[in-house]
Amino acid sequence: MKRGCLAVALLLLSACGDAAPDPDRADLDPNAVVSGYAFLTPETQAQQDDDFLNPGFLWVDRGAKLFRSGEAVSASCASCHGAGGRPLEGVAARYPRIDEATGKLTNLEGRINVCRTRHQAAKPLAHEGEDLLALSAYVASLSRGMPVSVQLDDRLRPYYEQGRDYFFTRRGQLNLACHHCHDRNWGRSLRGDTISQGHANGFPTYRLEWQTLGSLHRRFRDCDTGVRAEPMSLASEEYLALELYLAVRGAGLAVEAPAVRP
Amino acid sequence: MRALGTCLLLGVAAAATGCGERALVAPDRFSGDAIPHSLTGMPGDPEAGRATFVARDGGHCVLCHVVAGLDVPFQGNVGPALSDVGARLTPGQIRLRIVDASRLNPDTVMPAYYRVHGLNQVSRGLEGKPVLSSGQVEDLVAYLAALDG
Ligand code: HEC
Ligand code: HEC
Repeated sequence: MKRGCLAVALLLLSACGDAAPDPDRADLDPNAVVSGYAFLTPETQAQQDDDFLNPGFLWVDRGAKLFRSGEAVSASCASCHGAGGRPLEGVAARYPRIDEATGKLTNLEGRINVCRTRHQAAKPLAHEGEDLLALSAYVASLSRGMPVSVQLDDRLRPYYEQGRDYFFTRRGQLNLACHHCHDRNWGRSLRGDTISQGHANGFPTYRLEWQTLGSLHRRFRDCDTGVRAEPMSLASEEYLALELYLAVRGAGLAVEAPAVRP
Repeated sequence: MRALGTCLLLGVAAAATGCGERALVAPDRFSGDAIPHSLTGMPGDPEAGRATFVARDGGHCVLCHVVAGLDVPFQGNVGPALSDVGARLTPGQIRLRIVDASRLNPDTVMPAYYRVHGLNQVSRGLEGKPVLSSGQVEDLVAYLAALDG
């Protein structure tokens, strides 16, 4: 009886096959990499290209002001990253990376909060709040046109593998992985949307559907919710690892932040 | 009796580990690449099927499929056109493809609309629920089986 019982339990457990990532996964061909920009209508492209029409520049301008103004008790970002300090041109193209103090994977927003708590005696800013969006849009805009170039090393590799697993794992009631849409079906249409390769080079991005600027992790939550999966939290380790996988997958693409997308 | 109770408990525990839900359609209802008999024992309603095919909160099949002559803007093309699917497939074959197309192609992009087992990270509140009811699947079968191009 007991043994039969175990067999039943094992049988039930062995029905759980699908949580593993696709075994024959093939990454996007590096020679085929194209930005989401290529799939936009000419009108949306023009809106992104013109700094006066691109609504993302409202956040860039606001971020530039925040960058120069310290809070009551703290030094400004510009006091460390201004003339004579560490310039931030090109920095966003090398994120996410390991924070030397904690040894943990950190994206640009995380790094901005590290500066605040470690060097500015200020509180971390809320993810998806206007101030963090503005500062990250400003700092990312300083890398516009530069190629995304995150170099993997021994410390990054486990996160890269974790992100890659997430990309290839089916999830949600509709049981699809990122891979199914963004590697296998880019260029096809999903109702009104043309599916792009799902690159991260435009973030933070002004999305017409959001009518506001949003982070990459907000986009991840939208795609997860789209397949009726429980989304991860903003800045979760899963999404940071996924961000790293996308940075390597989209190596060489020009940073477009703040991009405009439907 | 107690042994049976423990066994049931073990089974329930295994089922509750997130992905161990039981198959909704019993194995003996499948025959080759088809599910020959109606899931409800009744024929579906093609008009209701057309509505489910289109509705965002129904099957929303137009996300990926085109049906020529259907008055819906921006039908997708991730899946094949279904304008003449009734001439190519029997109702039983259509039924299986809606219930769980991964039985034919494990690598498929077509979601399983009447299956709850082997899923991962399903939205809270939707666990253990199929995308469509058996009645909605039958309505879709009736609608699609009548499309002959
Ligand atoms: C069912 C299809 C589908 C799945 C699955 C999916 N996405 Fe998307 N994704 C889309 C569509 C449609 C868009 C909007 C059009 C576009 O930019 O590709 C989009 C947009 C994006 C973008 C923005 C691209 C840009 O240039 O602005 C990123 C990044 C992205 N997805 C990443 C992911 C990741 C990571 C996953 C898995 C966690 C995922 N997607 C799963 C359909 C999907
Ligand atoms: C995310 C994309 C997607 C959605 C949404 C989708 N399908 Fe599909 N469908 C496919 C793909 C891709 C195939 C091709 C089968 C394969 O590759 O395994 C397919 C195949 C089919 C077939 C078999 C067609 C043939 O010619 O053999 C039928 C029938 C079908 N789908 C019906 C539906 C119905 C009904 C719905 C909605 C309840 C639906 N599909 C929603 C992608 C989709």
